[in-house]
Amino acid sequence: MNGQILIVDDESAIRRLVRGAAERAGYGVSEAGTAAEALTEAHREGCELVLLDLGLPDRDGIELVSLLKAIDRAVIVLTARDDTAEKVAALDLGADDYVVKPFDTEELLARIRAALRRRNSARSANAPLVVDGISIDLAARRIMRDGEEVRLTRKEYAVLAELARHPDRVLTHAALLRAVWGEAHVDDVEYLRVVMRGLRLKLEKDPASPSVFRNEPGVGYRLIA
Amino acid sequence: MNDPARPSPQALLKAARKESRGALKIMLGAAPGVGKTFEMLREGAELLKGGADVVVGVVETHGRAETMALVAPFEVLPRRMIVHGAHKLDEFDLDAMLARLPAIALIDEFAHTNAPGSRHPKRWQDVEELRDAGIDVLTTLNIQHVESLNDLVAGFTRVRVRETVPDAILDDAEIEVVDLPPDELIERLKAGKVYVPHEATRALGHFFSKSNLSALRELALRRAAQAVDRSLLDHVALVGEGGNWAVGERVVVAVGDQPGGDALIRAAKRFADAMRASWTAVSVETPRNATLSDDARSRMAATLKLAASLGAAIVTVPATSVYEGLRAHIVETRATAVVIGKTRRSWWFQLRHGSVVDQLIRELENVAVHVVPIALAPAPEGETALRRTSAAKGIVAGLGMVAVTTAGAVALRPIVGANSIDIIYLLPVIAAATLFGLRASLVASLAAALAYNFFFLPPIYTFTISDPQNVVTLLVLIVVAVVASQLTGRLKRQATIGARTATENAALAAFGQRLASVSDEAGTAAAVCEEVAKLLDVSTILLAREQAGVVPIGASPPGALLGALDMAAAEWAFDRGEVTGRDSGTLTSSDWQFYPLETALGVLGVLGITPQGSGDPVPPDKRVLFTTLLGQAALAHERLKLEANAREVSALKQRDGLRATLLSSIGHDLKTPLTAVVAAADALAAEHGETGTTLTLKGEARRLRRVFDDLVEMTRIEAGALVVRREATDLTDAVAAAAHDLRAELAGHQLVLDVAPSLPLVEADPRMLHHILINLLGNAAKFSQGSGPITVRARRSPDGLTLSILDEGPGLPAGREASLFDRFTRVDGDDMSGGTGLGLAIVKGFADAMGLGVSASNRDPVGAVFDLDWPEASIRRTQP
Repeated sequence: MNGQILIVDDESAIRRLVRGAAERAGYGVSEAGTAAEALTEAHREGCELVLLDLGLPDRDGIELVSLLKAIDRAVIVLTARDDTAEKVAALDLGADDYVVKPFDTEELLARIRAALRRRNSARSANAPLVVDGISIDLAARRIMRDGEEVRLTRKEYAVLAELARHPDRVLTHAALLRAVWGEAHVDDVEYLRVVMRGLRLKLEKDPASPSVFRNEPGVGYRLIA
Repeated sequence: MNDPARPSPQALLKAARKESRGALKIMLGAAPGVGKTFEMLREGAELLKGGADVVVGVVETHGRAETMALVAPFEVLPRRMIVHGAHKLDEFDLDAMLARLPAIALIDEFAHTNAPGSRHPKRWQDVEELRDAGIDVLTTLNIQHVESLNDLVAGFTRVRVRETVPDAILDDAEIEVVDLPPDELIERLKAGKVYVPHEATRALGHFFSKSNLSALRELALRRAAQAVDRSLLDHVALVGEGGNWAVGERVVVAVGDQPGGDALIRAAKRFADAMRASWTAVSVETPRNATLSDDARSRMAATLKLAASLGAAIVTVPATSVYEGLRAHIVETRATAVVIGKTRRSWWFQLRHGSVVDQLIRELENVAVHVVPIALAPAPEGETALRRTSAAKGIVAGLGMVAVTTAGAVALRPIVGANSIDIIYLLPVIAAATLFGLRASLVASLAAALAYNFFFLPPIYTFTISDPQNVVTLLVLIVVAVVASQLTGRLKRQATIGARTATENAALAAFGQRLASVSDEAGTAAAVCEEVAKLLDVSTILLAREQAGVVPIGASPPGALLGALDMAAAEWAFDRGEVTGRDSGTLTSSDWQFYPLETALGVLGVLGITPQGSGDPVPPDKRVLFTTLLGQAALAHERLKLEANAREVSALKQRDGLRATLLSSIGHDLKTPLTAVVAAADALAAEHGETGTTLTLKGEARRLRRVFDDLVEMTRIEAGALVVRREATDLTDAVAAAAHDLRAELAGHQLVLDVAPSLPLVEADPRMLHHILINLLGNAAKFSQGSGPITVRARRSPDGLTLSILDEGPGLPAGREASLFDRFTRVDGDDMSGGTGLGLAIVKGFADAMGLGVSASNRDPVGAVFDLDWPEASIRRTQP
C-alpha cells in the first residue's frame, strides 16, 4: 500500500480512468463527484493526496483547497482552463501543484509522486539537496557546483533556499517576493527575474537552456529535483 | 401597368451614362477668396496620396506662393499658347489632357471663357468632353456664375458676370460648398490674400460688403442643398421606389379668402420644391364670392400675387362650390397632391357649405391631401383704438365722479360746513387715479378744484379766487392725483408681472413635470414641441442627428414640412451651435428659426420654430421663458443620451460576460472528454503496451486541444476582449518554458538557443508571449522536418529588441509574407501538419495587443525567419 489518493471530479469517466492508472501505480484510490462527498472522503483516515477538479457542481473547487490543506492533505488541482490567475490563486491558497486538462497520465503520476515525496520527506529536511550536480546545504549555508563552492549574493541565496525547501513545487512570484523581499515588494517581479538570471548563470550547466530552475509563465518558478 | 419596383428606363439610362462618364465635383463658393482652389488641391492631393492618377489641367495660382506650393506635388499639364491680336493668352490644353487620359483632372475656374479660336467657347464644355472620355474632374465655381442665379446676384451686387454655367451641368455634379464666414473673407480681402479679377475691381467695395457676402453665401448653401435633394431623388427613382415621381408631380394649392394665405402659399411652395413638382395656385370663383368684403377680395388677390412671384401658375376656376371647382381642376390636370389651409370656419358655416377637406379626402382617391394650419394675423390698429377709447372713457368717468361729488357736497354743506368740503374732493381724484390712471386723475383734480372754487369758495358761483388757501387746495389735489395714480400704476404693473411670472412658472413647472414623465426620445420630442408651441403660440419641429443625417423627431402641429433651405439652416445650427434661419445671421430666408439644444455632450437636437403668421417668433417678453424652456429641453435630451449610453455599456458588459461564460463552459465540456480520451489511451498502452493506436489517439487529442485553444484565443482577439497584463519578462525564461511545453513536437529537432544572458528584461503578457512562442516554435518544427536546426535568437536592435525564430525549412511562399498573418491562411502542406490557419493570426493579434511588431521573411539561402520586435519603450532597465 503506497498511500491513499482521493479523486474529485464530476465526470465518472475521468474518475474511472484516473483510478485505473493510479491503482496500476500501486495507490489506494477513493472517489468523489461533488464537493460535499470530497470533504467527507478527505476526512477519512489514510487519505494523503487529493486530485481536485475545480469545476464541481455544488461548489467552486478552489474553496476546497484551504479546507483540505487545513487537514494536511496534499492537493493537486486539475483545471480545464488555461488561466494563470486561477493557477496562482490555487497555489497561493496552498495547493501543491496543478495539472492542466487534458493531461498525460505519466505526467500526472509524476506530479503525484513528487507531491507525496515532499509530504513525507519534509520533516527530515536538513540533509543537503543534490540536483543535477548542484548541492544545496541549507544547514551549512553552502552551495556547491561540481564540487566547487559557488558564491551567491544574499538575495540569490534567499531565493534558492526558498525554492530548495519546496523541491518540485511551483512557488508563485508573489510567494517568493514576499519571502525574500517582504510584503511591500510582492509585485516587483523584476527583482525576482534579475536574481533568477544570476542563479541560472552561476548554477545551470547551460544557462540559456535551464534544466533546474523552471519558469512557469505568469505563475512562478519551480526547482526540478 | 408598370411594375412599381422596376426602375424607369430613363433612370437606368441616366445611371448608365453616369457610370461610363467621368464624374464631376464642383467646389462651390460664395465669392472669390473663400478657398475653392485650395480645397480642390487639397482633395486632389488626398486622391494622389491614395494612389490615384491625378493631373492638374489648369490652376490659377495668381502668383501666390502658398498656392504654388500646393500645386507642386502634381503633374501639371503645360498650357496652350494662343496669340490673339496683341495678346498672348495661355489656355487649358484640352487635346493634351485627352491624350494624357488621367483618372482625375483638376480644372480651376469652371465658368472661364476660352480665348477665341479654342474648340469650345466655354471651359465647362471642355470639361464635358473630358468627362465623356471617362475622366473625373474636380473644378471650382462661384455662385454668381450659375446661370439661373445670375440675374438675382446681379440684382443685389450690381456686378453682372457674363460667364455662366448652365444649371443642368450642376444638377449632374457632386457639389461641395467651400464656406467662409463673410467677416473672415473681408479680413482676407483686406490682408490682400484674395485675387480679384480686373473687371470687378471697380465694384469691389460694394461687391464685398457683408450683406452681399451673406446673401451669396446663402445662395451657395441653398444651391448645394438642392443638389443633394436632387441626387437623392434620382436615387429613389433609380431603385424603383416611387416610380411615379419620374413622370412628374403636380401640386395644387387652394387659395381662399381667409387670412393667412401667405403662409399657405409658402408651405405649398416648400412642398412643391421638396417634391420637385410644378405647382398651381387655384382660386375658385363661387356665387358666394359676390358677397365678399373688399378686405377679403384684396387678401385673395395678394395671396395669388405672392404665389405667382414664387413660381406658381395661377388659375381661377368658376364653380358652384369650392369643392366642385377644386375637384374639376385636379382631375383635369391630373394633379397628384393638393395643399389646403386648415379651416377656421365655424361649425355652422361648415354645416351649410360642407368641409372641403373632408370631401376632397373622401372623393379623390389618388390625390394626397395636405392640410396646412393657418394662423389668423392679429389686428394691431384695433388694439390701439381700444386703448384710446379706454383713456377717453376714464376722463369722462373722472369728470362724472367729480360732478357726483359736487352734488353730494352741495347736499352736505348745510350739515358739515364749507371748510371740510375740500377733503371730500380727494375721493373722486383718488378714485380716478386708481381706476383710470394719471391722465384721468389730473383732469379730475383740475375739475375738482374748479368745482370747489365755483360752488363752495366765496365768492360763490364765481371762479374768482379771493383766498390763497384756494391755490393750496388746488395744488394738494394735483399732487394727490399724481402720487395716487403713480402708486396705483406701479401696483398694477407689479400685479400684471406677478400674474405673468406665476403663469410662466406654472408653465415651466408643467413642462418640467411632463419631461420627467417621458423616458424615450419620441416622447420627449413630442413634449418639447407641444409645450413650446403652446407657450409661444408657434409651430415647432424638433430635429435630431441620426445615421442618415438630420431628421425630424417631433413636431407640433405634427407633420410640419421643411424645405431644403430649412434643412440646410437646421444642419447649420447643428454643426455650429448657432441660431439660424429667420431673423438670425444665417440662411435668413428660411421661414423657420432654429435653436440648437446645447449640452455638455454637444448639440443633441435643434428646435425649429415658426410663428403662426408674420412677426417675431419669440416676442421680447417671452425670451427669458423661451431660453429656460430650451435649457430644459436640452437637459432632457442629455439625460436620455446619458441613460442610453449607460444602457449600452451595461448591455456590452453583459454580452462580454456571457461570452466569457460560454467560452469557459465550452472549454470545460470539451476538455473533459479529451482528458478521458487521453487517459483511456494511456490505460490501453499500460495494459497492452504503447501501440500506434494509442500514440495516434494521444496525438489527436493534443491537436484537438490546440485547435480549441486557438479558437478561444481568436474569439477573444476578435471581440477586443484581450486584457493585457504586462510583466517584466526574461526572454531566456520565456523561451525555455515554451520549449519545455513543446518538447514532444520538438523532439528530433536541434534547438539552438541564442539568447544572451546580458539582454535587458522586456515587458510582455506572460500568457500571450507563451502562446506566441509555442505557435512560432511549433510552426518552425512543422516546416523543418529533418532539415537543420531551429534557432531562437534575441538581439538588441537600434530601436529596441528583436527575438527571431529561424528555421531551415522550405521557407515562405514568395509574396505572401504579409498575408501570412491573416486568418485561415495556410501554407502548402499545412493540412497534413494539422494547422487551423489561426496560429499566425493569433500571433499577430497578441503581438498587436502587447504593442509588439511581428514580421516574417525568407532566409538566404533557405528557411524562414519570424521576428518579434519590442520597441525601446517596453524595455526595462531597473536593477534591484
